[in-house]
Amino acid sequence: MMEEVKEAASVLSVHDDSIKVTEVLKDGDTLTFIIVSQKLSGTGEYHVDRTYEDFEWLQQHLFSQEDVPGIQGVIFPPLPAKPQVNASSRSIKQLGFLALGECQPYCKALETFLQQVAAHSILSKNKAVEVFLTSSDPPGRQKVKKNIFNRLSQAVEEMRKEGHKDVDEFFQNERDHNLVLTGCTKTAAEKFLDVVATEQKIAVACGHFSTALHLCVEPGEDPDKQAFSRVCVKLSEVFESIKKNMTSVAENNVNTLGLGLDLESRYQEAEREMLFRRTCKLVELENARRNTEKAKPVKKAAMEEVKKAAETEFEHISGVAKQEIERFQGARVEMLQQALVSWCEKQLLTAKESADQFNQHLEVFRGMA
Amino acid sequence: MAASSDRNPPPFPTAEESEPGLCDMADADSDDGEDIFVSNSNLVSVSRGVSQPDRVTEEPSDLFSEEEEEEAASSTAAKANGVHSDDDNDLFADASVELSTDKSGSSARKEPSGPRHASSFTPSPAAMQPTSLEQLEEEEAKDSFDVDVAVTNPEKVGDGMNAYVAYKVSTRTSLPMFRSKVFSVRRRFSDFLGLYEKLSVKQSLHGCIIPLPPEKSVVGMTKVKVGMDDPSSVEFVERRRAALERYLQRVVSHPSLLQDPDVREFLEREDLPRAVNTQALSGAGFLKMINKASDAVNKMTIKMNESDTWFEDKFQEVENEEQQLRKLHVVVDSLVNHRKELCGNTAVFAKSLAMLGNSEDNTALSRALSQLAEVEDKMEQLHQEQAASDFFIFAELLGDYIRLLGAVRGCFDQRMRAWQRWQEAQSTLQKKREAEAKLLWANKPDKLQQAKEEITEWEARVTQYERDFDRIGMTVRKEVLRFEKEKAKDFKSQIIKYLEAMLQSQQRLIKFWEAFLPEAKAIA
Repeated sequence: MMEEVKEAASVLSVHDDSIKVTEVLKDGDTLTFIIVSQKLSGTGEYHVDRTYEDFEWLQQHLFSQEDVPGIQGVIFPPLPAKPQVNASSRSIKQLGFLALGECQPYCKALETFLQQVAAHSILSKNKAVEVFLTSSDPPGRQKVKKNIFNRLSQAVEEMRKEGHKDVDEFFQNERDHNLVLTGCTKTAAEKFLDVVATEQKIAVACGHFSTALHLCVEPGEDPDKQAFSRVCVKLSEVFESIKKNMTSVAENNVNTLGLGLDLESRYQEAEREMLFRRTCKLVELENARRNTEKAKPVKKAAMEEVKKAAETEFEHISGVAKQEIERFQGARVEMLQQALVSWCEKQLLTAKESADQFNQHLEVFRGMA
Repeated sequence: MAASSDRNPPPFPTAEESEPGLCDMADADSDDGEDIFVSNSNLVSVSRGVSQPDRVTEEPSDLFSEEEEEEAASSTAAKANGVHSDDDNDLFADASVELSTDKSGSSARKEPSGPRHASSFTPSPAAMQPTSLEQLEEEEAKDSFDVDVAVTNPEKVGDGMNAYVAYKVSTRTSLPMFRSKVFSVRRRFSDFLGLYEKLSVKQSLHGCIIPLPPEKSVVGMTKVKVGMDDPSSVEFVERRRAALERYLQRVVSHPSLLQDPDVREFLEREDLPRAVNTQALSGAGFLKMINKASDAVNKMTIKMNESDTWFEDKFQEVENEEQQLRKLHVVVDSLVNHRKELCGNTAVFAKSLAMLGNSEDNTALSRALSQLAEVEDKMEQLHQEQAASDFFIFAELLGDYIRLLGAVRGCFDQRMRAWQRWQEAQSTLQKKREAEAKLLWANKPDKLQQAKEEITEWEARVTQYERDFDRIGMTVRKEVLRFEKEKAKDFKSQIIKYLEAMLQSQQRLIKFWEAFLPEAKAIA
């Protein structure tokens, strides 16, 4: 067991875009995810099994890289919330789209997380990533030392900090924009989830109707009774089709745009957290500057030190942040585009299939005596 | 049983009427004072305050185009063909020019046997769309039934709590028993109830399955009295209008009912005396009435020995079927509700997308999102129509048949009561004979004479009641067979309508997606 992972830089030995979460195994309350990735050198794959706690372990390691300059400026790929086998309604609500379906949306979200971590220029260098993806033993479960990311919940004072005016226009704009966009995206994702939920209800109702129609089928040779029975049977098939169609429509929604909106929403949150960390640093810096000015000559040198350290850190963070923001803006547009395109294509296909089926049913009915 | 109105069921009133395929609700007459059957390019889009000139692909929106199938069973139909007079040619002479440009399925409807109407047909065959050719063939195979009715143009009359809604009842016919070929009257809801009331008590119609009008609704009507503009009132009125139309269509497609003078009077007479007995047909509904009668029958002491199990078996089937349809109705109701919910959710989602698009910096993405918001709005529209389709086609169909099955049960009860009346008469006759015997023995000649007269009277009654009973039995059998035939046909034709509507929805959906795809691809 690799309990202690040195924070040495490492090179990832797998193709980041080859990482797949291929299946999930359920054992009582425990969920185990199978992760497959292709080796960079030569042929061959790594197969590892990981639990959600292992993902958290990885995330903790990424958060705690304090010796990497400007690490706080990184927009960390968001890890989905913890899944539960017998989920409470609160946890279902929290997971949103990821709670739907058998497990595919959730696995996809985990997969995306890993791919993004592995593709990140700074994060991929963390040895924990290599260990996570390639080690056949489970990585350590020990909680890593506390880090600045542990408490990002907004206490009242911290909320005031979030509103703190920036010194850089670029960042101020980004913060304002992010605030608006986070809200809008979250709302859109929620409303879309409502749409999907209703579509599923319609599918279920169609299934009921289809089943109930079978009860109307009566035995007997009476031709008129038979005619009616035939009608009922065929109608039952029609509603089976409608049910399948609705189910596909809902699935398409979840697997493409649903996931896309969900990811976008969580990513916006991640950016918000990064911007907040930088703002906190800014506040810290401004405090340090004030303290230095006000300091008595005895303390002044020490205060200078603190101030200088804060300045350097802030510069690093801002530098990294700027890069991250630019990369992020490009990546999210691409991601949303992909989601929209594949959503549209899937729904188009489903609609065409459905139209064909209705046509067939129509032929059958028209041909009925 | 007549099919319900063949036009696309109107959307629920919350929809924006932006699609050309949608029907308006109780809008202004587009008759412009002309008779609705003879209007120029409106032969197809015979209006109920609706003209749909833009619809290209769907079934013809002629008021009557799809009703022949249901009316084919009528025995008068066989004679009806021969009754087509030259007047009919004149009716369509105007339209003959139009046939080549119209969706002419509707014109095919009225002239099923070719030669007589060759003149009005010449321009059209090539211009006919495929569906109407199909219909033509279908119609040639069947007899056409020459009475068509439509219920249109609901209008509020009066103000406040005394207000009511008047409907236009239009008839088109070639039967000689009517005064004219094409005519219309205005009727209010209680008139329809009054008609049912009159028909249901007629001895001559005992055993017949008399169609039921829609139920009274105090809540619904109160809202309408207050104002006809809000969506739920509009929906209520439309639902009632469609139900009244189906009711009348079923009445006129029944051969015995059509012959009834009350039916004729209802359709023709300018001013109908107000029906006053409708208080009895209150919100409790007809089924309750029938059920009460049924209970009364069951409580009677003399039970019938069926020599023929047909009646028992059938009755059981009818009861079972009624239960099954009720179950189906519940499911359809829930389906309709979910669809309405989907409409609401889609609209809310569209708004959230629009906001997202507005907040988005990236222009291409922003545009795509705004486009998507519009697509979702259109989809909401679509969902509205699907909900309406589910409702007006299935829910109402099931509702109608549940009530009709109740009426069928009522017929069986009538037969039972006829039997009981016969039995009671026999028992009375027996008593009279015993009384006569006593008088004979007691030797009271004057009373004896009276007794003999009574016996004769009661013998006649017994004979009469027995005949009545047999007659009702035959009627019930005939009616039930006809009912089953019509039911299968009715369901089939409604399902076809439904599938056509669903198909159309999907095709529109395909268009939406095809239009959006390039937008999505253009983002990056």
